[in-house]
Amino acid sequence: MDESRPIFIQITEQVENDIIEGTLAEGSQIPSTNEFAAFLRINPATALRGVNRLVDDGIVEKRRGIGMFVTAGARERLVERRRAEFSAQYIRPLIVEAEKLGLDIDELAALIRSERIES
Amino acid sequence: MTATVASAKGLTKRYGSFTAVDAVDFTLEENRIYGLLGRNGAGKTTIMQLLTGQLFPNAGELEVFGRAPAEHADVLRRLCFIAESQRYPEDFMPAHVFKAAPWFFENWDAAFAERLVADFRLPLKRRIKKLSRGQLSAVGVIVGLASRAPMTFFDEPYLGLDAVARHIFYDRLLEDYAEHPRTIVLSTHLIDEVANLLEHVILIDQGRILLDRDAEEVRGSATTVAGARAAVDAFTADRPVIGREGLGGLASVTIDGRLDQAERIRAAELGLELAPVSLQQLIVHLTGTDLAGSTEQEKAA
Repeated sequence: MDESRPIFIQITEQVENDIIEGTLAEGSQIPSTNEFAAFLRINPATALRGVNRLVDDGIVEKRRGIGMFVTAGARERLVERRRAEFSAQYIRPLIVEAEKLGLDIDELAALIRSERIES
Repeated sequence: MTATVASAKGLTKRYGSFTAVDAVDFTLEENRIYGLLGRNGAGKTTIMQLLTGQLFPNAGELEVFGRAPAEHADVLRRLCFIAESQRYPEDFMPAHVFKAAPWFFENWDAAFAERLVADFRLPLKRRIKKLSRGQLSAVGVIVGLASRAPMTFFDEPYLGLDAVARHIFYDRLLEDYAEHPRTIVLSTHLIDEVANLLEHVILIDQGRILLDRDAEEVRGSATTVAGARAAVDAFTADRPVIGREGLGGLASVTIDGRLDQAERIRAAELGLELAPVSLQQLIVHLTGTDLAGSTEQEKAA
């Protein structure tokens, strides 16, 4: 766990990442809050807070007495949202650092392209 | 939704001219895990002894399960207090302790206690006097967990327990708490180890409450800003400073309050490094003798 950010946000993000990467398919069950708490050694109330954010966002749904399941269309909605945040989260800091080093936009684009070919 | 199980108003305890607990106000809500944190002599044990009716307050109001705890049997039987150095009768063995426990704790789970004895590899038929410090702590931890008291206090429960035994304690505590929710107050120095177990943090210093907050709010609530002195000063100018260090033209300032995305970008543009402050570091800042920080606050006050 990353010390700098609230744990419940990290739980939300972890489940979202698993859905985006396909580890958790739509319609599949996610771990219970007590399972999260025991596995991550965290307070169950914290785990519940993280899971409730997913419920509020309609990413997972509660089925009474059974557990929590990934909703249909959850992956597409998550990808859409992450794309909207991509610029502020990744591009902006990248440009700030590039400007500090005197790299212009063309040089930056060339670097991104060459990095892509290498990987 | 949640019920208050303990409340203190202006609670004060003096020993002669020394004020151990100085007019504190706080409440404990049902079925939460609290961290009662602070330095040695801060007043943590005194507060727990007041809550469990072992001491009488000099002033203020204190209610536990709706009544003053001292001398009320119906309140006391719902409490379990695990002291740092519990004394037992001469010639007592752990087996005697666990046999006597159900007389005091109506929710006592003997099968759970037996499992814990195996987990901690505690010799049952050895005199308590002859146990190691860690084994003695294990006796207390087992009583505290298996008693399932509605309000359980652990005062530095793991002196001498090794890392493996401490993690057994954390795991069993969480498992059992999930199945049998109850109010737990954990007083400890090992803040980083227990930080994630806590739902709420109460920080005591010199008999007063410095911080009384949800653990999740505390996490990431302070940030250390480091870089060129002028830039650091400009960035931290209107913020509450809780720690300050400097070396030549460089400064490192710890500020209270969360930074949003725009502020993080601004810090990056100023060439500043931002570092998260863990609960333990935050407490060191708040209760330590950080001279630069405290004189700064005095000037501001």
